[in-house]
Amino acid sequence: MSPQPALALHRVSCRFDARGGGTYVAIEDVSLSVAEGEFVAIVGPTGCGKSTLLNVAAGLLAPTAGAVRVFGEPLLGLNRRAGYLFQTDALLPWRSVRDNVRLGLELRGETDADRLADDWLARVGLGGHGHKYPHELSGGMRKRVALAQTLALDPKMLLMDEPFSALDVQTRALMENELLALWSQDRKSVLFVTHDLEEAISLSDRVVVLSAGPASRPVGEFAIDLPRPRDVSEIRLQPRFVELEQTIWQALKREVLRTYQRAEA
Amino acid sequence: MRRGVLAVYQVLLLVLLFAAWHVLVKLEVLSAFFFGEPLQVLARIWEWFASGRIYPHLGITLLETLLAFVIGTLAGLVVGLWLALSDTASRLLDPYIKAVNSMPRVILAPIFAVWFGLGIWSKVVLGVTLVFFIVFFSVYHGVREVSPVLLANARMLGASKRQLLRHVYLPSATAWVFASLHAAVGMAFVGAVIGEYLGSAKGVGYLILQAEGVFDVNTVFAGVLVLTLCALVLDWIVTLAERRLLRWRPAGPGAAQS
Repeated sequence: MSPQPALALHRVSCRFDARGGGTYVAIEDVSLSVAEGEFVAIVGPTGCGKSTLLNVAAGLLAPTAGAVRVFGEPLLGLNRRAGYLFQTDALLPWRSVRDNVRLGLELRGETDADRLADDWLARVGLGGHGHKYPHELSGGMRKRVALAQTLALDPKMLLMDEPFSALDVQTRALMENELLALWSQDRKSVLFVTHDLEEAISLSDRVVVLSAGPASRPVGEFAIDLPRPRDVSEIRLQPRFVELEQTIWQALKREVLRTYQRAEA
Repeated sequence: MRRGVLAVYQVLLLVLLFAAWHVLVKLEVLSAFFFGEPLQVLARIWEWFASGRIYPHLGITLLETLLAFVIGTLAGLVVGLWLALSDTASRLLDPYIKAVNSMPRVILAPIFAVWFGLGIWSKVVLGVTLVFFIVFFSVYHGVREVSPVLLANARMLGASKRQLLRHVYLPSATAWVFASLHAAVGMAFVGAVIGEYLGSAKGVGYLILQAEGVFDVNTVFAGVLVLTLCALVLDWIVTLAERRLLRWRPAGPGAAQS
């Protein structure tokens, strides 16, 4: 492991002008790092600024205060070493599946874009579907295309914003296993945001719990010492998994309850 | 209803309307002087095409319409894209756009005739002012509503500003252009015919004006019918182009509409 973390957020805060005047603090004083090859999951109640955090890491959003470092270098503008998997569909609807996977390669001026795109389509199990348009695919298949589109550029780190939250339970377990299989081939650094604690534990090396918003910040960090390779459906039955889940749930529950109380007030 | 059956019913409805018109005039419920007679209207159309007398007029009108349609659409697309992407320009020009759009531009036709002469260009300009705004507003709002996730994703995949324009904004604007083209076709015809009506020596609008001068209502209706048919054909061509270019769109109520 290199001494420089792949991603380091140092005392990052994000404030927005609220609609009715005043400011809304999405995240406050967040320090967080992801080591090279590490899979970090962030869990937190709804509206806790998880997406804000990812957008800061991606360079899509400049923090109001604090510093972001990528492999030791301060982040200016977009994070070129990161691939971002969005929560909602981000495929271009007018491009075929194959051309969507090609997109990043094409933008980069890759000469071998065709072969690479076909290669990645096959790797996510969509070999024969290249000619179709996104609307002709199921939600799970579209996620695979998005994954291939991002991974085709071979980013050093992956930022994932609840990528599987819209999928049904079975498809979701399949996708999680596939993600782990792809990840284990070259161990990119991953920052994975989710509100599903089980998903967070079964995928990651470390789980960070974010406090309820506004002004979210990490309130707990838990190392996940489950052996790899993992199968997400089987690992959930292991006693150590249940133990970890209970421990982390204690921390998370407090924040979830705080969110409810705020919503009711 | 199946498509073939539907087409039969559509034709049947048309025949029915003409029959009703014919009967009402024959029974003198409607006066033939004011409402014309369908058989004579059709006879006039037949005579026009048989003798070839209509072709120079129709040719001029179609040329004006096509020019107005193409120039207005391209201008609307370019200006729509520009203003949607440039905040400063759109805020500066906003009141002017609104003012020009709410102006009753048809009234300007005589002025265009003075500026651009009695040839085709005064009609083309009138048509352009009508077509432009339909396409412009459609593109402007369409581009502003491009999904931010689509843009963020393209940027994360390495798209420069120029590449965003080419790969995200332009294709998405194309979809919006087509949505407005059906309305624009009609407007291009309106511009051409109104222009001819107000001052010209050729064109179907001119024929209609001549006929009105001698209270020949059958010829007026014949002219209107010929123009309507041409507009339908042009609309159909737009639909064909739309189907080809927007193949990626899911077939749904929107696709079945046209």
